[in-house]
Amino acid sequence: MTNTAPLIPLSWSLALSAILFSVGVAGVLVRRNAIILFMCVELMLNAVNLAFVSLSPRVGIEGQVFVFFVIAVAAAEAAVGLALIISVFRHLESVDAKNLSLLRW
Amino acid sequence: MFLQAHDAATAAEAAGHGGFEPVLLGWIVLLPLLGFLANGALALYAALQRTAARPPAAHAHGGASEQEQHADAHAAHPATPTDEHAHDAHVFHEPEPENGAARPFTHRLPSLIAPGVLLASFALALVNLFGMLGAELHEPIVRRYWSWMPVGELQLDAALQLDALSMLMLLVVTGVGSLIHVFSVGYMSHDPGYPRYMAYLNLFVFFMLVLVLGASYPVMFVGWEGVGLCSYLLIGFWFSEKANADAGKKAFIVNRIGDFGFLIAMFLLFAHLGTLSFTEVFALAPGQFALGGVVVTAITLFLFLGATGKSAQIPLYVWLPDAMAGPTPVSALIHAATMVTAGVYMVARSNVLFTLAPASSLVVALVGALTAIFAATIGLKQWDIKKVLAYSTVSQLGFMFAAVGMGAYVAGVFHLMTHAFFKACLFLGSGAVIHAMHEALHATHSHADAQDMRNMGGLRKYLPVTFLTMLVATLAIAGVPPFAGFFSKDEIIGAALSGAEGHSWLSGARLFGVSGRVWMGFIWGTLSITALMTAFYMGRMMLYTFFGPNRTGETERRHLHEVGPTMTVPLLALAALSLLGGFLNVEDVPIVNVFDFGQGAALHHWLHPVITGHEQIVEGAGLATEAAHHAAWPIVLAIALGLGGLALAWVLLKPARLGDEQTQPAYRSGLERVLYRKWYIDELYDGLVVRPLAGVSRLFSSVVDRGVIDGIIDGAGRVAQSLGLLAGRAQTGQLNTYAFILVLGVLGVLAGFAGFFNRLFGL
Repeated sequence: MTNTAPLIPLSWSLALSAILFSVGVAGVLVRRNAIILFMCVELMLNAVNLAFVSLSPRVGIEGQVFVFFVIAVAAAEAAVGLALIISVFRHLESVDAKNLSLLRW
Repeated sequence: MFLQAHDAATAAEAAGHGGFEPVLLGWIVLLPLLGFLANGALALYAALQRTAARPPAAHAHGGASEQEQHADAHAAHPATPTDEHAHDAHVFHEPEPENGAARPFTHRLPSLIAPGVLLASFALALVNLFGMLGAELHEPIVRRYWSWMPVGELQLDAALQLDALSMLMLLVVTGVGSLIHVFSVGYMSHDPGYPRYMAYLNLFVFFMLVLVLGASYPVMFVGWEGVGLCSYLLIGFWFSEKANADAGKKAFIVNRIGDFGFLIAMFLLFAHLGTLSFTEVFALAPGQFALGGVVVTAITLFLFLGATGKSAQIPLYVWLPDAMAGPTPVSALIHAATMVTAGVYMVARSNVLFTLAPASSLVVALVGALTAIFAATIGLKQWDIKKVLAYSTVSQLGFMFAAVGMGAYVAGVFHLMTHAFFKACLFLGSGAVIHAMHEALHATHSHADAQDMRNMGGLRKYLPVTFLTMLVATLAIAGVPPFAGFFSKDEIIGAALSGAEGHSWLSGARLFGVSGRVWMGFIWGTLSITALMTAFYMGRMMLYTFFGPNRTGETERRHLHEVGPTMTVPLLALAALSLLGGFLNVEDVPIVNVFDFGQGAALHHWLHPVITGHEQIVEGAGLATEAAHHAAWPIVLAIALGLGGLALAWVLLKPARLGDEQTQPAYRSGLERVLYRKWYIDELYDGLVVRPLAGVSRLFSSVVDRGVIDGIIDGAGRVAQSLGLLAGRAQTGQLNTYAFILVLGVLGVLAGFAGFFNRLFGL
């Protein structure tokens, strides 16, 4: 079985991954809403997943295996993280990260 | 290597000591230690009983502890304002025994244990003496017990050495020590701290025996330090009074200066000879050190510095008069008869080294002579009976050092022995006087000073036995034939005179460009004048104490009575020794040889093996001189000085005109005042050493310690604190900020990696 569809060049996939990652980083840096922050973290994780997958034909199957790990961990993280956010909201009536500054000098 | 050498030495000794084996040598030393342990346990038990028996609230009456009892007693009898020194005064303030009950066993057992172990030691020493008398002992017997300090080159053994000199010291320490222990039973048994006192006294004897029997300098040093410790403990025995505690501290600190010298001498010896045991040092020294060499001179001078501390010579004598703050039997045992002679013993023991350093020997002799006359001048004008005896002790120790310095080792040791007899007798006699005086003053609640001679007078009627024994001892110290001091003191003065005439190995030596003959002429003159002064101040003491009208007071007089047999028996024994001790060594000299009953110069013969090293060096260097011809006039002069001094006191001083402490003021002006104030030496030391040292200490405390050291520590703390505050500002609590910094960091790391790979692969 020959693959007739034109291959997307590797550099494009990696570029997309980098853009997605940067968007995630920028979101973490500038946004204050805890849920948005959380989503940005997920975005970064999935940008990395994309990089893993696109590199896997060249490097090996391990990249794809790793993606499953990341998805599993991200799911667990989502469960804990969202629970935390809900707990914080109950406490502070807000999910603004600006208000979460009790632990400082 | 060492063991082989040691075995060889032992084999050589076996040939030299004529089949004599010491009997239970270790036990002689061990018995007083066991006595200390037993008495110490009793003392601790007694202290526990006292604190347990009384609830803290009840301590104001009856006293919960020894210290408090003393405090109470002291409050009831404050010292008189003129009383500048601590006294035995509060010895006998025993709280009345409750319900007339007998003293507890903790106060009765030490009376048996303490003199018992001493008498047992003395008996063992006598057994060994008779063994030694039978055998011709040429080499010291060394008993090695265990290896004490095997450190590289340094192989130190816990070993004891028995030879003629150790034997003599052993007999003096245990013999005179036994008598003083017996005396102490009578003198101290009413003191609340009696078991503690006896424990210290036993411990002292133990250390003194280690000192005189030790087979090497370090073992000797253990005893040396140990007796210093016991001296400190016993001077400050009544430590609740500050003056007593201060006197103890003074003795301890002044002695440390001397000990520093002793240590340096040991270091030098080890560096140059590689050994510190007596037999090896004295065997190696003549080959290793040139006669008059710098090293051996330094070693001997440092050793002598140690001796000036322990034996109270200029410049370190100042502690001894203050040491009279201790109980009087302690003054007799430690500060007159035994411990203070340790320096003389050490110089005599090291005669090989001192012979190799003629300059050091002359220094020793000169310091001894100067100390003798200096202390004697102070003794002329003291009112305190114990002070007179204290300065007399310093003066007599000066005689001994003059002797051993001039190489007259036997004469020095002879005087050491006779001095132990008559000075112990004098001190115990003064103790008996103070005891009687104190009981009389206490009975009438008088606050007068029991040790001040101005409060005494005419005591010979009330204390006949004490008077008689002290009279014998006074004649002995004054050098009146045939009492013991005459023979020994005359031998020392005779040695100086024959040295001045050129009949000494030191006559040709030079010190500060002046020949030994001149120096020894000077020493002869000094010692002769000192002998006159000695007789004078002793006559003065006897006159003011025992003659003339009594000045104690009308009511007090009725309470004066002779002390008990535990005190008079030792006094009589010591008086007998003061009378007979001199016959041990009668030289073949005109007038003196009248007392030769066939024994001759027995001590010279006995101690000869100890000084063979000295003689070999002297002969090897061609310094030996023909024996001096003995004229009669120096002997006549010596007797005249002794009798003349006593007669002068009798003629010049009028006890009848002497008032008591209140009406007869202390010396107010002129030379008398200077002598009474002890040449202001204490004030001088205070101004030159103590105050500047305290000032420097305060300076260092405030500037260096509180300023620099504390500043550095505080500064380090402050820097850490402010850095923390500064870094803490970065912790804003804002997640975004943290993320931003994190990203910066990641970027930095990435940039680093990029640069790294760039260089690695040239990408």
